Amino acid sequence: MNPMAQSALSEPIRTRSPRRRAFMRNLEGYLFAAPFVIGFVWFALGPFAASLYLSFTNYQMKAAIPDFIGLQNFQDMASDSDLRRSMFNTIYYTVFHVPGSIILAFAIALLLNRKVRGMAFYRTMFFLPSVVAGVATAILWLFLLDTNWGLVNTALDLVGIPPAPWLTSSRWAMPSLIMMSFWRLGAPMIIFLAALQGVPEQLYDAAEIDGAGRWAKVRHITIPQLTPTFFLLIVLNVIGSFQVFTDAFIVTNGGPAGATLVYLLHLYRKAFRSFHMGYGAAMGWFLFLIVLSLTMLQLWFSRRWVYYEAAMPGEKTAKR
Amino acid sequence: MATTTEASYAVSQLVRIHGRGTVARRRVGRVFVYGTLIVFSTVFAMPFLWMVLASLKTQKQILSSFDVIPDPWSAEGYIRGWTSLPVDKFIMNSLIYSVSVLLVVIFTSSLTAFAFSRLQWTGRNLWFILALSTMMVPPQVLLLPQFIFFTRILNWSNTLLPLILPLALGHPFYIFLLRQFFLSLPMELDEAARIDGASSWGIYWRIILPLAKPALATVGLFAFIFTWNDFFGPLIYLHSLDRMTFAVGLQLFRGQFTTDFAALMAMSTLSLAPIMIIFFFTQKTFIQGIALTGIKG
Repeated sequence: MNPMAQSALSEPIRTRSPRRRAFMRNLEGYLFAAPFVIGFVWFALGPFAASLYLSFTNYQMKAAIPDFIGLQNFQDMASDSDLRRSMFNTIYYTVFHVPGSIILAFAIALLLNRKVRGMAFYRTMFFLPSVVAGVATAILWLFLLDTNWGLVNTALDLVGIPPAPWLTSSRWAMPSLIMMSFWRLGAPMIIFLAALQGVPEQLYDAAEIDGAGRWAKVRHITIPQLTPTFFLLIVLNVIGSFQVFTDAFIVTNGGPAGATLVYLLHLYRKAFRSFHMGYGAAMGWFLFLIVLSLTMLQLWFSRRWVYYEAAMPGEKTAKR
Repeated sequence: MATTTEASYAVSQLVRIHGRGTVARRRVGRVFVYGTLIVFSTVFAMPFLWMVLASLKTQKQILSSFDVIPDPWSAEGYIRGWTSLPVDKFIMNSLIYSVSVLLVVIFTSSLTAFAFSRLQWTGRNLWFILALSTMMVPPQVLLLPQFIFFTRILNWSNTLLPLILPLALGHPFYIFLLRQFFLSLPMELDEAARIDGASSWGIYWRIILPLAKPALATVGLFAFIFTWNDFFGPLIYLHSLDRMTFAVGLQLFRGQFTTDFAALMAMSTLSLAPIMIIFFFTQKTFIQGIALTGIKG
């Protein structure tokens, strides 16, 4: 595993000059990575720059060469009330979806980690909704949440709670989407479960000697040990949450009265329905900058609360 | 080292015997754990059961009664769904999309992952960081220029090619997954092979790939399921009925039969069936793959 020793050993004995050797080694590296390098340049780096350029144009899929209009798209965005609406809705979704699904996934993982019998069965049940995520399950929820005969209202009726107009009222539509998102916590749950199994058993034993109860152990050992996992999942979930689309498109199509018009749905309508590509590109870049700065912010804050077992020498981390 | 491990083991045994609460308290704990798990997993599984049962009811029964069990059992939803739209074409297109991406992406991602984990070259870390950073760019930022390129310049509108090609060149997530796995294999394998005169290609093809079969299976599985469920891409590229994948076609049913619930549930069930069957048979591979992504690289 030592890279220095490895490179020294892997040198072929037969090569001639060191420069030629280095050249051959680099050539080989690039040849193996070629599919990715080509794909990256052509389908990521190129489009990334192209959409920045597009965002300064009014391209609408007609003219051969787009007109350069400077910051006009960004000015239009500032006065686009639908865009403001969609931003608000996306933040609303994120604020509930991210903490909710992470806490729920953590709680389920804690239960499953207690060496229960039939763990594989429960794991499958909790994970299945995440595997089949997509159009079919979105359609399914359309029916589960039907006001008159959906399963959710039927179940609520059984316990005496009056039915709610889930998808037809602007007040309940967004909570419905958030509730649906909790159904798909399979991936974070599995990642928590894997991380829980990596917590050293001795820590719990030591805590028990000190008289720690079950909750104290979770609070003072499990959670601190798992902060890197929490951090990873929060970052990934925030990125994903700003890109919510399928549920809002299939189940409510942005409605009622714009209550579930999320950012990507607005972008989709602008770019691929009205073909305002320039405006769509500007929206896309704005989203990218938001996600980027949120991630940077979290990275910066993480130094205050994320605990790494093997801290860099000289670096001060939040040790207990 | 050995003595501390032994000591901590002895202590943990002591704790096991004396430390935990009374038998009665422990039993209450067990009941609580199993009770919660059973209730929660039922809530999670209920929607699927409900969907399958609703797909086997008649339209009349769905609208008129709350009974969960179909009475009489009926296949009319399946028949109406299958005959009203070219579902066989949808399935065929989805299969072409999923299988072609699966086959190519395993090869290209493993090649790149090999370069990122087993070869020493200048720029290796830079390219790896670039690969990871693309995961943070919203796909739509890249999709817009790609869309213009594929539809205006290449005229590939209404084909699967614009969907397959960018994915086939390797997806950062799969590259990351395979790299993590390749790094876990001992470097001595490569060194021994090189001393025996093997080339890098020989090491990749004859040593690493055979050892990485489980990881390759995981990537193939992810690729298949991701493309089968993929919605945004097919939605913007595919327009005519005979070219659509199941995900996009299914969405048409929603518009066409806002009231034909039996057909809608039947077709939803049909589109989920392959994924569910695959998942039930491969879940161990699948779950290990997900768990691997949580390990810091």
